[in-house]
Amino acid sequence: MAAPSRKKRRIHALDIIVLAAVITLVGYIAYRVDSVLVYKWDWSAIPSYLFRWDEKTGTLVPNLLIKGLVTTIRIAIWAMVVASILGVILGIARTSERLFPRLVSWAYVEFIRNIPPVPFLFLFYFFISSQIIPLLGIDEFIHSASPGTLTVAEFLFGPANLMTNFVSGMISLSMMSAAYIAEIVRAGIQAVPKGQREAGQTVGLSHFAVMRYVILPQAVERVVPPLAGQFITLIKDSSLVALISIQELSFLAMEIAISEQRFFEVWIFTGIMYFVVCYACALAFGRLERRMGAYRR
Amino acid sequence: MARNTGDNAMIRLEGVSKWFGNFRALCDVDLTVDQGERVVICGPSGSGKSTLIRCINRLEEHESGRIVVDGIVMDDDTKHIADIRAEVGMVFQQFNLFPHLSVLENCTLGPMKARGIGRAEAQKLAMEYLEKVHIPEQAGKFPSQLSGGQQQRVAIARSLCMTPKVMLFDEPTSALDPEMIKEVLDVMIELAETGMTMICVTHEMGFAKTVADKMIFMDAGQIVEAATPADFFSNPKSERTKLFLSQILSH
Repeated sequence: MAAPSRKKRRIHALDIIVLAAVITLVGYIAYRVDSVLVYKWDWSAIPSYLFRWDEKTGTLVPNLLIKGLVTTIRIAIWAMVVASILGVILGIARTSERLFPRLVSWAYVEFIRNIPPVPFLFLFYFFISSQIIPLLGIDEFIHSASPGTLTVAEFLFGPANLMTNFVSGMISLSMMSAAYIAEIVRAGIQAVPKGQREAGQTVGLSHFAVMRYVILPQAVERVVPPLAGQFITLIKDSSLVALISIQELSFLAMEIAISEQRFFEVWIFTGIMYFVVCYACALAFGRLERRMGAYRR
Repeated sequence: MARNTGDNAMIRLEGVSKWFGNFRALCDVDLTVDQGERVVICGPSGSGKSTLIRCINRLEEHESGRIVVDGIVMDDDTKHIADIRAEVGMVFQQFNLFPHLSVLENCTLGPMKARGIGRAEAQKLAMEYLEKVHIPEQAGKFPSQLSGGQQQRVAIARSLCMTPKVMLFDEPTSALDPEMIKEVLDVMIELAETGMTMICVTHEMGFAKTVADKMIFMDAGQIVEAATPADFFSNPKSERTKLFLSQILSH
């Protein structure tokens, strides 16, 4: 790597003007909020919603905000996994030489992309919870599971009594995200030069083997940066499932804000919690991106 | 196996035609290549040279006529296509090495995933062929770390690892810097000396004179002239061939 040039580090007059403008603007907004709202800030309620003292066991246990955050992370991770699998299948289908898979995948992607998430969530939530969830047999599983397996299941999917609810929300979220991931995967596959497929065919590889060993490994590298953006969108969009009463961070923050009458404090703090998770995700992907593509030296 | 014709020729094309939209890329092409024969195809750009050899391993689909490779008829049966591709190696103008795999992995992918050969054996085979193209020491590198000439030699080794009966070369030196052309041609001459059946689309007339058993000149999707190199260069019959040769040999 080249040494950082001195030019970039030097502060110009314009930089100072911009900085001054930003500080002035922020100061003005703070002043307005302070004078117009006549709001008495009180952050004291927040810590008790993070952790509370459990009288019975005499230990500090996580309270609503932390529980909500855990549910948010849990639902986001599961949705990333499910959406990625679905998205890769749909993305490959969109590049298929056959008309039928291409049409099905195209219809799905356009259907999801052109309906806002809120109507989709409501409609699909009722469909999934009434039709798909009984098929999965989650209730029977919970009733018949041994304590050991139930502990593992609760670690993976959250409390048993909310598990069907959680899975419905997770599937809805995955289905929305899968459409966008499908487009990213399609673009990644199509960006691999045609000669690569031909070279794979001439060394005797089957259609599947060309995809698996030649096209997809090269597509993955192109797909990582836009996929990172999509995953962060997914984490943020997970707040939408509060609408269908999944008890994740936004849902619980709303309840706390109402019951405590501390809207600004609770929402600002919740926003910070989302920021930390999303930014950590962005940093992790940044690292991954730098590690990949080592062969393009 | 689909040995269903009792034909001695390695490659036989009969009345092969191909259109790209309204453009007729190949017009009723007949061509027979015997086992061990070395054929060099030349002609102006857009004359259908590349299309012709790409039809032989189904990178392009011919629309009419008949193609038979080593007794296997090329049709829509994927088994036949796979059998033909297993016997036909191809080297491209743009090398088309797999950039995400090392040189060694480029050479072992086909044998391992298409033939089901074990890793150790595939690597042994790959090293043998990398030695034949004189770059065993580059086995651990990635394609982007090699020069164009080295990359093309790896591409040749990669094809040879599938132990093909026929090798197709689609302008293998056209994308190379002049000083690297010789190293690739030398490898191709050595390959020709082993008795490999070869079809080369190239404008390297020195190479053609050295190795070719048969010269073919194509124009507008048709084979205009097919002759031995001696006749082809000293006594071309068609006016178009004369014109073409005068243009590329004048320098």
